[in-house]
Amino acid sequence: MTIAQETLPAYPMRKAPGCPFDPPPELGELQRQGPIAKVRLWDGSTPWLVTGFAEQRTLLRDARLSSDVTRPGFPTIVPVLPTAAGQGLSFIRMDDPDHARLRRMVTADFAIKRIEAMRPAVQRIVDELIDGLLAGPRPVDLVEAFALPVPSRVICDLLGVPYADHGFFQDNSKILIRRSVTPEERAAARERLLDYLDGLIGEKAKRPAGDLLSELATRITAGELTRAEAAQMGVLMLVAGHETTANMIALGTFALLEHPEELDRLRGDGTDPDLVASAVNELLRYLTITHTGRVRLVLEDIEIAGEVLRAGDGVILANDIGNRDPAAFPDPDRLDLGREARHHVAFGFGVHQCLGQPLARLELQVVYGTLYRRIPDLRLAVDPADVPLKHDGFVYGVYELPVTW
Amino acid sequence: MKLTVDQDVCCGAGQCVLLAPEVFDQREQDGIVVLLDENPAGALHDVVREAGAVCPAGAISVEEDR
Repeated sequence: MTIAQETLPAYPMRKAPGCPFDPPPELGELQRQGPIAKVRLWDGSTPWLVTGFAEQRTLLRDARLSSDVTRPGFPTIVPVLPTAAGQGLSFIRMDDPDHARLRRMVTADFAIKRIEAMRPAVQRIVDELIDGLLAGPRPVDLVEAFALPVPSRVICDLLGVPYADHGFFQDNSKILIRRSVTPEERAAARERLLDYLDGLIGEKAKRPAGDLLSELATRITAGELTRAEAAQMGVLMLVAGHETTANMIALGTFALLEHPEELDRLRGDGTDPDLVASAVNELLRYLTITHTGRVRLVLEDIEIAGEVLRAGDGVILANDIGNRDPAAFPDPDRLDLGREARHHVAFGFGVHQCLGQPLARLELQVVYGTLYRRIPDLRLAVDPADVPLKHDGFVYGVYELPVTW
Repeated sequence: MKLTVDQDVCCGAGQCVLLAPEVFDQREQDGIVVLLDENPAGALHDVVREAGAVCPAGAISVEEDR
């Protein structure tokens, strides 16, 4: 290793103390110096780090960047088991045509109109859980009592997973998305979830129930999908379907409680669907909980921003700082719920952009539009500095949010 | 304005339907884009351009009148 490599900034970086909603200050500094830089990972490898919003969008749409983690030299943010590379992973870690073949089997289930039809059911779940909060003890941890149950119940209904098993799948999901666990622990959690989904899909083959897992079972019978592929897709949708949204609910609430003027706008105009929709996009942009970047491998040389990314180079697209690029969002560090922010890259960009985004938007619209109107004096029950933060998560958020009213 | 969509590269994210449901829809069987109106009225031009810009796969091509 050369001295130059040793002096490169280490990635990922940590958010500054007292700034739980902002990307690490070093990322902002890199962005001010230029849209692309080199960084150093845990294993001494030195991928490109793209911090510019425009460059991120250009590259994420470029088919010369691969998402296939089984390719030699693919960068990893954390240590992985060499034998486990790519095993048990879903289409988000594949390139086309395999990625498109598998993703298109479930795309219709997340189509805009199909998801919008779920709005009354989501509203009912949110209202029931708020009824439970209001009838229960104070203070309460909003994560356990509300932020996790909302998306868990919704994704269970959509997939056909028994909600009674939520303790099992939530515990294993938490291990899967934590950076600080060992590779062995993460692989074991993935294996337990794959076995669980495989068992459920097997049951659906015998007794179809009109849910998404039953559709996958039908495709297995028709020879369109292997059992392993179906279980991988099931794990992806179950984990991504509840963990990410839960973090946006709890961290979004924390951010709003720390920005009372913005919270007042939602309390006052929480019935205005346009304001609620733009508030969801703005909180997605401002918080960008997918804070360890999108990771890719260069397949053919690419010229961009005066640099040449060579075939075989790793690339990390830091969408958290991309969403704070002043060239794309004026006064980017200000939370402004009325801002036009729908072009943010919190869901990623390119053909791998979040499949479940219509569902995530719907759930967040219902939650942000309801919770603060029904509990107008909701407030933190602890000092803001004592809220435990998921610095070590692949997905950012809060471990607990003690609230009262 | 003349619009075309590329159903082979579309990834079904639905951004276009969210923005301009008068112009774009998604296929029932696989959620892939369907173009409802290849010559949208002038009042829709801004929102259609935005749909092209936010399409993650770059599946929407907008040809402006000259």
